[in-house]
This record gives sequence, structure tokens and C-alpha cells, in this order.
Amino acid sequence: MARKQKKQKFNILEHELVPKHEVVPPEEAVRILRELGVSPPQLPWIRVTDPVVQAIGAKPGDIVRIYRKSPTSGEVVVYRYVVGY
Amino acid sequence: MAAPRLELVYDWEKLRSLIGEHLEKARQTLPPRIYEELESKLRSTAERHGLSPDEARRIIDYVLQEYEFSMIEPGEPVGTVAAQSIGEPGTQMTLRTFHYAGIREFNVTLGLPRFIEIVDARKEPSTPVMYIYLDEEHRYDEAKAKEVARRIEFTRVVNVAAEIDLDLINTRFVLRLDPLMLEDKGVTVEQVKKVVERLKIGKVEVDPENPLVIYIYLKPEDMTSIIDLQKKRERILNAKIKGIRKIRRVVVQAETREDGTTEYILVTEGSNLKEVLEVPGVDPRRVYTNNIHEIEEVLGIEAARLALIREMKDVLDEQGLDVDIRHIMLVADVMTQTGRVRQIGRHGASGEKPSPLARAAFEMTTQMLFDAAARGEVDRLLGVTESVIVGGIIRMGTGMVEVSMNPAALVKAARAAGGSEQGGSE
Repeated sequence: MARKQKKQKFNILEHELVPKHEVVPPEEAVRILRELGVSPPQLPWIRVTDPVVQAIGAKPGDIVRIYRKSPTSGEVVVYRYVVGY
Repeated sequence: MAAPRLELVYDWEKLRSLIGEHLEKARQTLPPRIYEELESKLRSTAERHGLSPDEARRIIDYVLQEYEFSMIEPGEPVGTVAAQSIGEPGTQMTLRTFHYAGIREFNVTLGLPRFIEIVDARKEPSTPVMYIYLDEEHRYDEAKAKEVARRIEFTRVVNVAAEIDLDLINTRFVLRLDPLMLEDKGVTVEQVKKVVERLKIGKVEVDPENPLVIYIYLKPEDMTSIIDLQKKRERILNAKIKGIRKIRRVVVQAETREDGTTEYILVTEGSNLKEVLEVPGVDPRRVYTNNIHEIEEVLGIEAARLALIREMKDVLDEQGLDVDIRHIMLVADVMTQTGRVRQIGRHGASGEKPSPLARAAFEMTTQMLFDAAARGEVDRLLGVTESVIVGGIIRMGTGMVEVSMNPAALVKAARAAGGSEQGGSE
């Protein structure tokens, strides 16, 4: 069924409203969390069922890096914590 | 009087190499956008009037200083400031407009009602609207744009029918089509016939003398119940011919771009993002809807955050209110923090304030307290409202910091100080 859905479907990652998301490797995630001085649940969350998370294949517990285009300061990097609800 | 330091440099590359160190420092500290602006302004000034390296350095230092001054301090109540900055212009909004006949023929909710809708995170806006951009091929030609519009517009039999009658003598429905509507919607009689046939009500036939009349023959046993006949009639009228569900009307609109070219876009009444993205002729990358819930579902939470910002900003701009985008961004951040769009209501973000006292401080006081008591809730007195109620210190600004003793460090210091004394006494 999954294959059937993928067929000739528009890739939402290309939509102008969707900023670039990427999974942060665990070692790097630990470093980032230490730098920010927060525990993962204190980051903003993103659901596993979120279409973008599904498209990039992130799992609950992962940290996702997002490159937002900000009208005030160009490009901003933010993180979200993948939660499974 | 002072000797003028007139080693003005007009060549940007040369100046850049002279002040490279300062520029590098600025590049690391400043956000990219501000840095770019600084660099381009230095460059244009140098090329026009000349700049001495010393002047350039002082400019950079001044910009860096200003930037650091404008940063938010820890403990600053940004949420309260945002609430006030949006709330005050909001009071002016109420007196102005409720509904606004915006784009040609349809109404779009604007002003305060729309703002409330956004902040409340309603599932469906009261006037859903989509802005559909078209691909290279269909973008510049009105006729081609109309073709896509017809593909999208939800058309049922009722939209092209002039009348439908029950012919009791021949036990059949007589469906008369409106030629003007057929033309307008781009539907053929053949198409309508096929749609009606698919309902499997009975044999369908086009009148051989009048091609605009379709007969639907009923079986004799169908004639027993009037309610049944009514239902069948409804089914025929509501049968879908083509288009996308929920999209009631499509209007082709010309939009002039900055470079003078004209682009045709489709504006629709009703919204169905998921299906519109797949329609051929549409540029799916730029399709936009004002239904934020739909964007969250189809494009994810980050897209929803951007849509929230855009919608709120549009409402405020349209009313001529100038609110700094940072306040709006903060609201959008809070609304999307848990990974789904949640409302900001009168009891905090989706009524989730952890403190019962804070909840009770605003509306439904007794009920809140009863509920909290029944659930055995504990108030940790960490928030602003609770602290004010009990006369404590609020945790913001200078109230954020606390002084505490570190016994281990004390012992260490005492040892370091006492060690030499001891050594001396012994």
C-alpha cells in the first residue's frame, strides 16, 4: 500500500512553506543538547506522524534540525524533538 | 583642528583587506542578513565617498554594539510584551470591519473575527480560501488557466440542471440540462449521462429529439414509495461530475508581478489542499490555503507555523496595523510547540496552565478551584499570577536569579585561606 501511495505523488518537501529538515546524528545531538543546556523534551516537539518526519524517516527520540528562513535574520537553525504520539 | 586622517580608501577590495579582522568578527556575531546589509552599505559608502579604515572599523564596532543592545535579556517577559503588542492594536480592529468583500465576488473573513479564528486554532476557517498557482504551461494564458479551474471546481448534476421532473406515466425522471451552465462548466451531455448511469438507478437515455433532455427509467417496484423517489432524485442531483470535493467556486485572477508580467492564479472558495496538490497543471510548490489545520496535516508543523505567521500578519497588515513580526512569530512558536497546532485561549495555551491558582485568577474562579481540589493538584507557585496572589517574587527580570550557598566551595576557600594561617601558626 505504501508503494501505491508514493506513486506520482507530489513531494511535500518541495513546497515553499516547508523548510529543510534533517535528522541529527546521535553524537551530534548530545553535543547540541549540552550546548543549549536542555533535555530533549524541552525542545519544541514534532510528531512522528508529521508528514515531513515521515518523508525524512525520523524515529521517535531523534532530534530534527530545521533551517528556517526568518524575515528578521536570514536563515535560522532550530531543533525539534520527535515524539511518538 | 586635529590633523585630518585622510587616508580615504575608495576601492572596496583594498578596504576589505585592511579591515578584514573586524569584518570577520562581525560576520561571526551578526545574523547573516544584518551582516550582508552592513557589508553592502560599507561598500557603497566607500565607493561613493571613500572611507578610511579607521572609520570603517568604528562603524563596525558601533553596529556590533547596537546589535548587542537590542538583544533580549534573560528574564524579559517576552510573552507578556507580545500579548500587549498584539492586544492593543486588536482593540482598534474591533471597531473597523467584520467582513470585507475582498477578492472580486467573494467574502473573506478578516479583522478581529479572523484573528480569533487563527488563535483559537479552529479546524475550519469560516471562509476557507485557496490560492492556486499554475505551472509554466498554464500560468500565462487565461484560457489555459480556465481549463485547470474547470478541473478543480466541484461540479454536480444540480449545477448544470435546469429542472428535474418525475414523469409518472412513463415511470421515469426527466432531467433537463441548462446549455449555458454546461458551456460554463465545460461539461458535455455525454458526461452527465455517464455519471447518472453509474448511480445504477435505471436505464438512462438521451432524448433523440432534444439532446439536452435525459430520461432515467425507473423500475415499477420503485414507484411504491414517495420517500424513496425523493431520495433517488436527490442522489441524481448530487452526483459528482468532476472536480474536487469542498471546492465550491473557482475564480481566475490576473496577478501582475514585479517585473511587469502577468500571471494567472486561481482563487477558490473552499479548500482541499491534499487533492489540489495532485491536479495536473497546478504548481504544487506554491499552492496556499488559509486553512491552517489542513496545512498542518499535509505539509507538517513547520509549514503550519509559517502559515500561522503569514495569516496573522496579513490580517494585521490589511487593517493597517503595524505589529512587529517577532511578536507574531512568538505566538506561532508557542502554538506549534507540541508538534500540533493548539489554541491559545483564556486559560493559557489550550487551558494547560499547570497552576490551579493561575487558572482560577481569570474567569470561573470557583469552578477551577473545585476541580483542582477534587484532583488534589499542587501549586508550585512558579508562575507570575500565583506569585502575585501569595505575595511572592515573580520569576522574571531580576526575580529570575537566586542566591544560594555552595558549602563545598566555602570549605575550599576557607582551607585555602586558613591553610597558610595554619601553616604559620604551627
